[in-house]
Parts: sequence; structure tokens; C-alpha cells
Amino acid sequence: MFEFIYNILDFLFDLVIKDIMFETYILTGLTGIIIGFAVINGVLGGVLALIWGERRLLGRFQQRTGPNRWGPQGILTSTADAVKVMFKEDIVPEEADKYIFNVAPLLLVIPVFIIFSVIPFGISLYAVDINVSALFILAITSISGLSIICAAWASANRIAIFSALRSVAMLISYEIPVGLSLVGILLICESMSVMDIVIYQKIPFILIQPVAAIVFFLGSLAEINRTPFDLTEAESELAAGYQNDYSGMKWGLFYLGEFAAAIAAATVFSTLFLGGPNGPFLPGIFWLTIKVVAVLFFIIWIRASWPRFRIDQVLNLAWKGLFELTLVNIIVTSIAVIIWTDADSNRLIYIGLANWIFAFPFVILIFKMLKTSNYQDTNKESMSYPIGSDTPKFMKEKS
Amino acid sequence: MIGFGLIKGLSVTFRNLFSPVFTVQYPDKRVGVFGLAKSRNLSILQLFKEDSKQFLYAVLGLATVKVKNEQFPRFRGNEFVWYDDRCTACASCAKYCPLGIIEIVTHASGENLQAGENYAIDKFDIGTGRCMFCGLCVEACPYDALHMGTDFERGNYHRSNLVLDKETLISQVKNPSSWFRPQFEEKEYNPWDSEISDYKEAGRHEKLSNEKIKQNWVNKRKFNG
Amino acid sequence: MSIKSEPITINLGPQHPSTHGVFRMRVTFDGETIIDVEPIFGYLHRGSEKLAEERTYTQVVTLTDRMDYVSSMLNNQGYILAVEKLSNIKPETRGVWLRMIASELQRIASHLVAVGFLIQDLGAWGTPLTYAMREREKILQMFEMLCGARITNSYMRPGGVFMDAPQQFWDNLSSFIDEFPAAVDELERLLTSNEIIFSRTKGVAVLTPEQAINASITGPILRSTGVPWDLRKNDPYDYYDKVDFEIPVHNAGDNYSRYLLRVQEMRESLKIVKQCVDFIEPGPVRPHHDDVPFLLRPPKGDCYVAIEGSKGELGFYLVSDGSISPYRWHVRSSSLINLTLLREMLIGTLFGDLFVTFGGIDINMGEVDR
Repeated sequence: MFEFIYNILDFLFDLVIKDIMFETYILTGLTGIIIGFAVINGVLGGVLALIWGERRLLGRFQQRTGPNRWGPQGILTSTADAVKVMFKEDIVPEEADKYIFNVAPLLLVIPVFIIFSVIPFGISLYAVDINVSALFILAITSISGLSIICAAWASANRIAIFSALRSVAMLISYEIPVGLSLVGILLICESMSVMDIVIYQKIPFILIQPVAAIVFFLGSLAEINRTPFDLTEAESELAAGYQNDYSGMKWGLFYLGEFAAAIAAATVFSTLFLGGPNGPFLPGIFWLTIKVVAVLFFIIWIRASWPRFRIDQVLNLAWKGLFELTLVNIIVTSIAVIIWTDADSNRLIYIGLANWIFAFPFVILIFKMLKTSNYQDTNKESMSYPIGSDTPKFMKEKS
Repeated sequence: MIGFGLIKGLSVTFRNLFSPVFTVQYPDKRVGVFGLAKSRNLSILQLFKEDSKQFLYAVLGLATVKVKNEQFPRFRGNEFVWYDDRCTACASCAKYCPLGIIEIVTHASGENLQAGENYAIDKFDIGTGRCMFCGLCVEACPYDALHMGTDFERGNYHRSNLVLDKETLISQVKNPSSWFRPQFEEKEYNPWDSEISDYKEAGRHEKLSNEKIKQNWVNKRKFNG
Repeated sequence: MSIKSEPITINLGPQHPSTHGVFRMRVTFDGETIIDVEPIFGYLHRGSEKLAEERTYTQVVTLTDRMDYVSSMLNNQGYILAVEKLSNIKPETRGVWLRMIASELQRIASHLVAVGFLIQDLGAWGTPLTYAMREREKILQMFEMLCGARITNSYMRPGGVFMDAPQQFWDNLSSFIDEFPAAVDELERLLTSNEIIFSRTKGVAVLTPEQAINASITGPILRSTGVPWDLRKNDPYDYYDKVDFEIPVHNAGDNYSRYLLRVQEMRESLKIVKQCVDFIEPGPVRPHHDDVPFLLRPPKGDCYVAIEGSKGELGFYLVSDGSISPYRWHVRSSSLINLTLLREMLIGTLFGDLFVTFGGIDINMGEVDR
């Protein structure tokens, strides 16, 4: 893609100007700007569509129509929202730290767009191909934790700091399982580049590494602050938490960054585990869009049905549940990779079977162990219907 | 088994994704081409010939249709119904109102001197700004001259416009509701289809004695659930 | 070596999305653990008890609707029973059956509000709430058919009910009785075996029966600790001794049992409504105005009558001096007395449990402040 656009620009330039200094540098810069422009606009369009889609879909789950007034079927609702947010007054609290206060939303939004530069949208449709792109993605996502703590500390607001500390503890705890769950895939593909992983997926990795897929999915739900882990902006408790003092376009950037992070998480999941742009008849970009929409539907479905966790249960799940599952996955996959080396043709099927038989039962075991660790169970005999003829239990024990 | 409670929850929401919408879009509802044609009782071709501008709007998804929400005959609404030829200005309604909203000013009219003099009404104001629509004034009226109305949308820019004075009460459209007026229910009257502008149609409910009420119940059809 | 940490005090102010009404709490935290709670209420005080001294006995009925605005029929029923006891009025039979139908329907509606908003505070973004509100909407439409208003319905009068129910009401009621168990089943399937709700509500804010009886707590909270006390069974009023129903009692005393108990009580209330519809006989619903005049003048004296409201024991104390207005009217509001144990229940729990416990007690600020 890069060479394609470079050649077009070279041709156009040669028509106008014959020979100037630094021509390669100018052309490279222009190509980069065009590609970046295309990627960012695509993602922003996706964010607007996601905002509309989520509100309509949540409405249908709750047996009501979502927004359907602005434009046919309400498509222009997100545009109306964006225009409204731009016209609002920009308030900076008096005791706030002005420079950090203004910079914090940018810290959330910019890393999310950088992720999209290494994702392949088709066989040769990508912006950059680094040979350590999986590690690059993991590193970039951890910057968003910094923005939350900056926003809360600069607001000089007790409730904001409360929610931000919770959120940072959660983000740090969930990066380790997310990172370690990719080790199994890297062992199979023997390369850290996302292009190589996509090319290697004749069978999608969700069938071959089920434990890693579950851990990665739950971990990315926690990283993007979504239900059931959305306790930072638990509206019913803290009324928007660290975003409390932001108004106007700065808050708009927080809102945008959250939805863009959701799209990024869905895209990374579908690239690494579902096969990305692989598919029979249609061009690659259609298949990627279908897979991303399916993962987003699943995320919204979960949001409509489940309540949220408490902070100590979230941390327990990360350290006592998901971390051990990743270790189990690494052990089983590394043994399987040594046994069935690259020479075998049906290598993927054998590794997949080994994972399902040996690693998947641990999921059931660990969730069962987690269930009884935190609370006492009310037993069956406590849910009885005595009508008042029985003397109550505490009176019986006394006499 | 663990995890099954969560999956049951997911299945319940998924099933509700395909059930019809329970909310009502009020006061107007977005419709497509089929909905617009059905609301006017036309087929699509006829709609295209008659009103092509609305047809285009409906195809683009921008057409709306007015919706009337369901109300029941006993609804205690605004727009009080007052028959001035029946009212004797006894001021029972004003005495019985818990908030003291109704204001009545009369003077001696000089008519009907044999039976005690009639009152001539100077002022009969109902201040609906503070009304709580409890209906005690309607319960108190001995001559069935005051009835509750059926409206609920009377937003205004000035507080003084919320007071219904005598001329407004006489001249407005009369849709009495059947709250505490059993004579309307025996006639099977629906307040939104018809208006009753004359007192002779409204009539008066005679308050029977206890034995007569019991006898009426025995004569009527027994309720059989 | 321990790290020195400082407790911080947060004011969860009167305007908050999760307090059921205007309620203020000053909470002191050490990390995430709660060390102290100070509730401050009184933001909704309207002076109902003083206003009643200038109104006649029938006009006070409109004041009682607005106390606990989610369960108006129950407030009406308690007050009318107090007036009848004071002035020795014998109520009409059909009026009493209609009163019971209206009260039990109102109890179902109030429990739907309690359960719906409890799960909303837990974080399920509105889905169980909309299902509960969908059912409550059907009940409110039935109330509109019956008495013209959906929420603040002053439907009851001394001696019975205001007006008989139209035929449309009976048709709607029979279809509601057929459809409602399926709706409760759907709500239970979504929530009752959900593991996240288990881990958030089981074993949290446990009350022992001694604590509850010493603080004079009544209602679903008392029954969730193991004490089988319900005024409809232990001290029956109206015709509750003629219908057959059970009261659910749990032994655990935590948030989960309070939630589950309300769902089970809804099913029992539906049973009562079904039996009332079978037992009702035709007749007048209100005594004639020769026996019971519009302007009631009870003889001198006082009385106290308590009924089982949706949140506990709702008591009405009336003193009369022979004139058309009461001399003194006092309400023993169940929400206010249940609120006194909030501090003991919350100390030692985490911040995430604050609003869940508060929702489980089911407080209505209109009743606390009157």
C-alpha cells in the first residue's frame, strides 16, 4: 500500500516539478500523511457508527426503540451529540493543575489511533509492518492508564481520585494476563509480527487456543472499562468518576476515546484470534468488518445483561484466576509445539486438540474455586416458608 | 454448574431482542412507507399519487404520524366542565377543596324571590396552577354542575393564564370524564369521541337510599369472574 | 511495618443518582472500607402532620397518598382503618374486598420498583429495570381505569371504597393474573442465579434477629433474618383471615435474601388477588351518606391502627376532639425506623456495598420525611 501511493505521488510530482532536493523525503512524508488521514478518518467514522449502534441495540434489548429522530433511523444522532459537545462551555476548576488537566484527554485518545497502524485490513492493505507488532500493541495500550490518573489528580476532586485509583489498580493487574495469553500464539507462529500471525491462521486461533481466547477477551474488557468491569465510571455510585470535572470538547475526547478503545480491542481480538481479513469470496476488508461487528455485538450484549463486579472481586479474578490460566496455557502449548514441529502438515489440529483436552478443564476448575472464596453461601434450608407455627431458629437455640 | 446463571441471563435478553417494542412514541411516531400508507388507509400506489412529498419523506425515513395515547373514561384531567345554567353558587366545591383554589363571588340577583333569592355569579375562578386533581370538588357538587375534564397538556408561559375564569369555563369544549358520575357509565359514553355541551344530556345522578341500591344489585346480573 | 494512612470523608449529597429521593450521607473511608456513616435526611419534609389539623377527615386522604408515593393505596388503607376504628363505622363488604385487591396490586407495584432499582444500582444498565417497569405500567393502567389517577389515587373513603370498578377493570385484571407469573419467571431467570449477583449480595450486611427486634425493624428486612412476623397473619385486619396465603421467611439476613424475599412476596400477593376476585359479591361499595356523612365528626378519643405496608409496619395514630378535623395525626413510618440500622449494617463493608445495602432496605424518602 505504501509503495502504491508513493508511486502515484511520484508520477504526479514528476508532471509538475522535475527535480528538487529531498524529493524522497517529501514524497515519503506526503504518503504518510495520506495514509494516516485515511486510517484516522476510518476509525472516527467507525466510532460514530458504534455510538449509534450501541444505543439502538441497548434499546432493543430493553424492549424500547433507541434514538430514531435525527436523520433516517437516527443515524445523525452522533453528529448532533458532537456538535452539542463542541458548543458547551469549557470549565477549568480553580484549584486544578492546568497543564496536566488539558493534556489528559489527549493521552487517552492518541494511543488508541496508533494501534490501527499495524493492523492489516487486507493482504497488502496495512500502514506499517513491524516485526514486533504484537508487543508494540501491548505496550501502546498501557499508556491509557496514565491518562486516567492524570485526569483525576489534576481535577483536585476526592471522588475522582477514588475512582481513578480503582481503575489504575485494575488496569495494571490485567495487563499481565493479557500479555501472557499471547505467548501461546507466538510459540506456534514463531514470529511476533501481526502479518505473520494472520497469514498463519488457516484455522482461526480461537479454536486452537480456547483458554487464551477467554483470558484475552476478559482482559480486554477490563482494559477498556466495560461491563462487567466498569467500576471507574459506575454511574450509580460515583456519577462519572474521573471525568467529573471535564466539560465541552475535552469530555468529548474522553467519550470518543472510550468508544475508539472498544473498537480497537475488538479489532485486535479479531485479528489475533479470529483470522482477521481471511475469508473465501469477499475482499479482506469486508471480512474484518464482519468479525469486528460480531465481537462488538457480543460486548454490547454482555453490557445489557450483567451487573458489575466490586473492585476486590475484579483483582481476585485477575491474580488468582486468569494469571494461573495463562500459565497452564503456556505449559500445554510449549509441550505441544515441541512434539509436533513445523514439519507436520496437520500441526494446528493436533495442538488444538491437546489444548482442548488438557487446558480447558482448568477453566472450569479455577472458576469453581473462585466462586467459594469470598462469601458464605445461603443454604437450601434457609429458604423455607414457615407460616408462623414454627418457633424461630434463634429462640430454639436459646432455650 | 458454574457460569450457567450468567448464560441464562444472556439468553433472556437475547429472546427479548426479537419481541415487539413496549414503549409508545408520543406525540408523533416515526414511520416508513408502509406505516404511512396504513395510517391513511391507502395503498402505496395511491399514496404516491396523492401526496408524493410525504411519500418521499417516508422513503427517506423522515415521516411522522400523530399518536394518541390510551386513556380511560375516569381519568381526572384538566379542562373542568361547568354548566352555568345548573350551578347555584352554593360554593360546596370551594369549601371542599383541600387547597382552596376555587374562588366564587356572587351578588343577589333579584330573581325567584318566592323561593329565596337566586345568586348571580360575578366570578367563578378555578386556579389550576395549584390544583392536584383530586376530584373532591366534583364529589361535593350536589347538582352535578361541575365535572372533571380529560386533558393533561396545558403548558403555559404565564401563571395568570392557568386560571380558568368564568368566560373560559362557559365557552370551552366540554368533555366531562365519568369520575364520580355513574350516569355516564351507564350510557357507555367515551369522553374523547363526543362532547356534551348541554346539561340536559349530562343529567344528574340521583342518590338512592341503601335498600334501593341493594335491590338494584340483586336485580342486575351477578358478576361472574 | 505498617503504612500510615488517613481516613477521608466524602459527602454523598442530596442530589445523587442512587439515593431513592433526596438523602444525604457523610461517609468516612479508610481505603475502601467504611468506618462511619452519618445519614442526614429531612430534605423532603412537607409538614403533612401539621397540615392535617386544618383539613377534614376526607381531605386528609389526599395527604396520605403523597407520603409514600410508590404505595399510595396502602397508605390510604391504613388511614381509613384508623378513621373507621375511631368512629365505629362498619364497612361495606364489597368495599373491603375492593380495598384488598387494590392494596395487594399496589404491593406488587411497590416491590417491582424496589427490585428494579436495586438491580439498577448493582450495575445492570437498565435491562431488569425496564422489564419491571413494563409490568408496573400494566398495574398503573388498571388503577387509572379504577379511580382516574395512576399514582396519587385517593380511592378509599371511610366505610369502603369511593366508586365501584367498571367492567373493563375486571377483564384487564383477569388477563393480568394470567400473564404476570410468566413475567416474574423471566425476571427471576435473568437475575436469581446470576453469579455476579451472588458474589455481590450474598453474605453482605448481615443482620441478626436480635439486632432487628431490638431496633424495631419490621417488614421484609425482619422476615429475612428469620422472624416470622407479618401483620396480615399475626394481627389480621380487613378480610385477610379469610384468604389463604403464605409468608416467605429466610434465615440468612443478607442482601440476597432480602431481594429474593420481595420476589416471592409478589407471587403471594397475586394469589391473594385471585382469591379476592373469586370471593367478591355484588353490593354497595360505600355506606349511604345518611349513615356516614361527608363531614365526619368522630367522638372524642384516640386510636392507633397498624397495617403491613410494603416496607414494614405502617401505623396511624389519630386523636379526635369531636370536630371535623383531627386534633393530632401522627404516622409511624416504616422507612424511618428501618433507616436507623443503616450505620450498623454498613460499618466494615466496602464502598461497593453501600448502595446495594441501601437499595436492599428499600427506603422511600416521602415516607421518611413526610
